[in-house]
Amino acid sequence: MEYATIFIILACVFGFFMAWGVGANDVANAMGTSVGSKAITIKQAFIIAAIFEFAGAYLAGGEVTKTIRKGMIDSQVLAGSPELVVYGMLAALLAAGIWLMIASRAGWPVSTTHSIVGAIVGFAAVGIGMDAVQWGKVGTIVLSWIISPALAGIIAYWLFVSVQRFILDTPNPLENAKRYVPVYIFLVGFVIALVTLFKGLKHVGLKLSMGESYLIGALIGLVVMVIGIVFIRRLKFDPAADSDFHFANVEKVFGVLMIFTACAMAFAHGSNDVANAVGPLAAVVGIAETGMVAQKTVMPSWILLLGGAGIVIGLITYGHKVIATVGTGITELTPSRGFAATLAAATTVVIASGTGLPISTTHTLVGAVLGVGLARGIAALNLNVVRTIFLSWIVTLPAGAILAILFFYMLQGIFS
Amino acid sequence: MSPKSYIFSMFGSSPIRPMQQHMAKVQTCTNELIPFFEAALAGDWKKAAEVQKSISDLEGAADELKRELRLNLPSGLMMAMSRRDLLETLTMQDRIANKAKDIAGLMLGRKMSFPAEVGPLMLDFVKRCIDASAQAQTAINELDELVETGFRGREVELVESMITRLDEIEGDTDKIQVAVRGKVFEMEKDLPPVDVMFIYRVIEWIGDLADLAQRVGSRLEIMLAR
Repeated sequence: MEYATIFIILACVFGFFMAWGVGANDVANAMGTSVGSKAITIKQAFIIAAIFEFAGAYLAGGEVTKTIRKGMIDSQVLAGSPELVVYGMLAALLAAGIWLMIASRAGWPVSTTHSIVGAIVGFAAVGIGMDAVQWGKVGTIVLSWIISPALAGIIAYWLFVSVQRFILDTPNPLENAKRYVPVYIFLVGFVIALVTLFKGLKHVGLKLSMGESYLIGALIGLVVMVIGIVFIRRLKFDPAADSDFHFANVEKVFGVLMIFTACAMAFAHGSNDVANAVGPLAAVVGIAETGMVAQKTVMPSWILLLGGAGIVIGLITYGHKVIATVGTGITELTPSRGFAATLAAATTVVIASGTGLPISTTHTLVGAVLGVGLARGIAALNLNVVRTIFLSWIVTLPAGAILAILFFYMLQGIFS
Repeated sequence: MSPKSYIFSMFGSSPIRPMQQHMAKVQTCTNELIPFFEAALAGDWKKAAEVQKSISDLEGAADELKRELRLNLPSGLMMAMSRRDLLETLTMQDRIANKAKDIAGLMLGRKMSFPAEVGPLMLDFVKRCIDASAQAQTAINELDELVETGFRGREVELVESMITRLDEIEGDTDKIQVAVRGKVFEMEKDLPPVDVMFIYRVIEWIGDLADLAQRVGSRLEIMLAR
């Protein structure tokens, strides 16, 4: 293919730029409930995010990347003109990256996922033709944007209720917290490990049967649980702290749990959102190298590594500032609520990642927080902000699409 | 780019701590009625004037807290309790402080004295009414625990028992009020009629302290039962 090297370089630059944007803006949202509940410090959040975003991106980011790369456009229609896909994917990356920059400068809560999906559908439908878009798949994705916050809300509600039943509403909440919190920690490790094992590890060369996956998932859960128990044992409880707020010491135990759910959230976010950046990149690289649209080859793992690195660099250069603003605010979000909301969101996102559905981590987390709020667990939630967050994707889809169409024609003009 | 996390901005500022601070201020204010009555019954109006000043200041501070809390409760908030119940509870709390200020102001203004036989009973009456508002404060202090437990189970039972206790105290104050009135009635013929009129009014207002405290409790009960 003519210009193959240029295309690959451009795609790497644009993809990295997009990944940087995800790390700079989006990671802080994913870590918001963890830092806001004061269970982990800003520095800890930063370290957790750097490690687990990367791990999530590398280990479990494959499925969503595949969807972004070739799930939404029909390779049959485009088989004859692979260069159109290259222009389109480059345009989509650039459009989404620039739109994200504009939006965050203006302070609009936009989702990286919505921008990139809007951009890809936009260039394909207008630049190539309506039949180039796999409308069924796109419909499923849009549906998942409605289902994922709802699902996270329901899980969060029930997690919160279970915490009430087993721990808080008992004669001795502290003892029960020490007994049951490790079970929740096991759950965190198990769920994340299982979904990752089911779907994620093909590109690392690991193939496991269903039974093996469950076994290894349970093992990882147990290991994580033991680490959690050690942490809880080392906690020092201060009976005096309970005189003002009776659950102060119980919340300390939940603070330990929160560390694990924060890891899970960072992992989940990495697994889903890295695809927004590396999906188009992978498509360009694949086509440029083979000259064909329908590639059966496995995506090279350096692409996922590049995306993960981009996210971490975005976090280091800019995202930590956003996390810091979260940490200095005052919220009544206690670790027990933070845990319920974060774990619910992380679970939903990881499941979506396993299914290959690109969803918005922010929206999922908002849904989860609302779930806890509906259980009367949070003193005050600002519904105006919630409305703005949910409405923003209606603006983001056409915005991403229009920008992508513009860049598409521009690139086409330059290279052909 | 402005550093901002949208998840974070969806958490409104919780009204619970300010609510408790307001009630604490109200209680400090109302408590001052004890030294005030002691001074007034002893005829030490200089001391009484000082205490009255402090009551008035505390009432002002409570008003300030009330205003702040109201301003921080925009209507787009989704709260663990109904906004209306919360605001009405706040109003009731605030009226306790207002009443205390009215009582001190009226007594100081008229330099009211009570017959020696009524004095000690009167002081008991005041103390019991203040017990009622103290009990209301105890219940309000459980609000954060109520949110922690999602308004369920044991914590709800605990608060309900506190409210029952509050009702009992209020019942006590009613009985003492009847006794005080009876005493005053026995001697009202020998006292200046205008003074008697105001003595009855002060008795009524003191009783109102306990009534208002009870209404704080019943508002709280409505919150529990959403």
